[in-house]
Amino acid sequence: MPEKDAPNGGIDDLPQPIVRRRRLNASWIWLVPALAAVVGASLVVRSALEAGPQITISFQSGEGLEAGKTPVKYKSVVIGTVHSLGLSQDRNSVLVKVNLHKSAESFATANTRFWVVRPRIGLGGVSGVDTLFSGAFIGADVGDATEPRRDFVGLENPPSVTHGTPGKSFELHSGDLGSIDVGSPIYYRRIQVGHVTSYQLNPDGKSVSLHVFIDAPSDRFVTQATRFWNASGVDVSLGANGLKLNTESLATVIAGGIGFQDAPGPQDDTPAPADMNFVLFGDEATAMRPPDGEPSYIRMRFDQSVRGLDIDAPVEFLGIDIGHVVSVNLDYDEKTERFPIIVGAVIYPRRLGRAQTKLAAIAAKHGDVADIAQTVGVLVAHGLRAQARNGNLLTGQLYVSLDFVPGAPKVAFNPASKPLEIPTARGSLSQLQERLDSIVGKLQKVPFDKIGNHLDESLTQLSSTLHHLNTDLLPQLKGSLQGINKTLGSADKALSGDSPLQQNLGLTLEELQRMARSLRVFSDYLAAHPEALIRGRRPDAAPKRESPPGATRASPASPPPGSGP
Amino acid sequence: MTAPPRAGQLGLIGCPVCSLVSRAPSFEHAGCPRCGSPLRRRKPASLSRTWALLIAAFIVYIPANILPIMRTASLGDVDDNTILSGVLELWDKDSQALAIIVFSASIVVPMLKFLALLVLLTCVHRRSHWAQLQRAKLYRMIELIGHWSMLDVFVVALLTALVRFNLLSSVEPLPGVIFFGLTVVLTMFASLSFDPRLTWDDEEPHA
Repeated sequence: MPEKDAPNGGIDDLPQPIVRRRRLNASWIWLVPALAAVVGASLVVRSALEAGPQITISFQSGEGLEAGKTPVKYKSVVIGTVHSLGLSQDRNSVLVKVNLHKSAESFATANTRFWVVRPRIGLGGVSGVDTLFSGAFIGADVGDATEPRRDFVGLENPPSVTHGTPGKSFELHSGDLGSIDVGSPIYYRRIQVGHVTSYQLNPDGKSVSLHVFIDAPSDRFVTQATRFWNASGVDVSLGANGLKLNTESLATVIAGGIGFQDAPGPQDDTPAPADMNFVLFGDEATAMRPPDGEPSYIRMRFDQSVRGLDIDAPVEFLGIDIGHVVSVNLDYDEKTERFPIIVGAVIYPRRLGRAQTKLAAIAAKHGDVADIAQTVGVLVAHGLRAQARNGNLLTGQLYVSLDFVPGAPKVAFNPASKPLEIPTARGSLSQLQERLDSIVGKLQKVPFDKIGNHLDESLTQLSSTLHHLNTDLLPQLKGSLQGINKTLGSADKALSGDSPLQQNLGLTLEELQRMARSLRVFSDYLAAHPEALIRGRRPDAAPKRESPPGATRASPASPPPGSGP
Repeated sequence: MTAPPRAGQLGLIGCPVCSLVSRAPSFEHAGCPRCGSPLRRRKPASLSRTWALLIAAFIVYIPANILPIMRTASLGDVDDNTILSGVLELWDKDSQALAIIVFSASIVVPMLKFLALLVLLTCVHRRSHWAQLQRAKLYRMIELIGHWSMLDVFVVALLTALVRFNLLSSVEPLPGVIFFGLTVVLTMFASLSFDPRLTWDDEEPHA
């Protein structure tokens, strides 16, 4: 087998391998999985270390929330992620499980608040626009508490004040909410310095409490004497200066708002402590009015109709508003068989201002108790009477006027009665009404029918007279007038500058002038030569001096004045 | 019928580069006398290397699948996707064909590689004669498809570079893609370090 031997025999001919440089041991390769294991383990350890507490938040709706994606943010920093969404046992709320970061462990404490940030468009403005694209996220606000907690109830609306915002919160009390809402602005001198954070009905259901937050540094302007008022809407007042429209800002017209300011005059201007209670007045004028003090109740008995007298109608003393009507009731008087109307009113004596203090001082001087009843008694003795007067002729609104009626009949006054009964006098309008009635009665007695008939006859006569005048007299008058017109025309013609009469007159006058001149020459000649009357005119003496021929010739040419006559 | 003699039995060794046949060396670290490339009867420590790399690849494959590989942000809507969530999203958005491609390239192929290498390694350990021809084909196949697994990495790299419209949309790579790339690279090394000739060795102890 030469084919087989050939390779066998050739083995020795084959080249010997060369020696190569020694290389690294192969076992280093186990470093690779070890390294991978270390990296993997570090990942596990890191995620375990980073994992913070898992909390559960319940919301009314899971709108916009996505498991594994929706972040939880505090001051725009992500502190966790929604892990899963689920329904509660009673299916009324959505339970959101949130994995907080390790660093956000402190958020799993008792008074942390969570809410869903969604785009919101309200009357007060627009918020959360960025979430339109990025999707909703859960906002968080941490409180002071340290006790840990895992289950939270999410807020449906973002809290208007986050924890740690510098400023103070106050509590306002009002009869109703008006158009104020959470987030409504609060203005100080028309600058927005805060907003309403919450409101709730008081437990008795009769009033409303509002919490407001005033941002620092404006919170120091809230003092012990500060008055808050509802600045919503538009305040339109018609005064002697014309129509006045007053509003805090355009936003308050729509969204409502609150204004505040110190009451006028010297006041206690120490800053109010946080959470102090204030009254929320209905409008600025009410808020700025000096305090009314203790109210007093009075009662009035009217015998005439009080149509137009409403509850809250003002009670005025000499034109000053001192109170308002609180009740209008019908009564029956058995003795007179009439229906008197009992009007109850509340008055605030302190609104009388200086007068009240002076009256009190005088009363004190006399040793009396400074009592409203006493004062009123004196005033009634001087003729103080209540009258239902017409405040507005257009609408017929009545108000109660306490005024001094001259010559009012004396009335018994009982200062001990409660409430004080103030005697009444008939109102000016009802008096006017009575007089008008009597005038109307007299007017009714006038025989209008007869007068009418007479008038009719007279008118017929007048009509015939006029007809006569038209048909007979007027054409004649027309003829006469035409004649006069003609005469006047001819007179006009005769007197015009170029008429023959005028020319003749001119000529005649010239002639007269000439005659007068001749007469004068004649008289002069006679004066010089009186003999000429007898002898006739002498021929002129020859001139002594040589005169020009023209002159000598001219003298015979001159008219001989004396020759004429 | 006896099998034909092997080179080792005849005291010969062939150079894997220039195919020069020389005498089997009696010392370690021998080199080809013609081209100088190392002469070895089998790849040194082939099995342990393959095992090591395979295990490492498997370890990094876990974070590669758990960690998100890509962050897509469009109009502020930030979305982190892992490989599997990306596939599911594609499927949900009616891109089933694309989903299948990504799924096979990113999940099926690496898993196949792991399985195939596992089968090959265990068979070598047990000196099994089972399906030797198929095992050889399997090895050639994993050599071929191994590169395709890099598809995902390329997609992320491309998108990151191309999709840069700041606010409108942007794509960012996330750590997952690094682990995925490592997995692919490690499996490729593992299949490289595996010596397919071991499949045919039956009696001799391997190195």
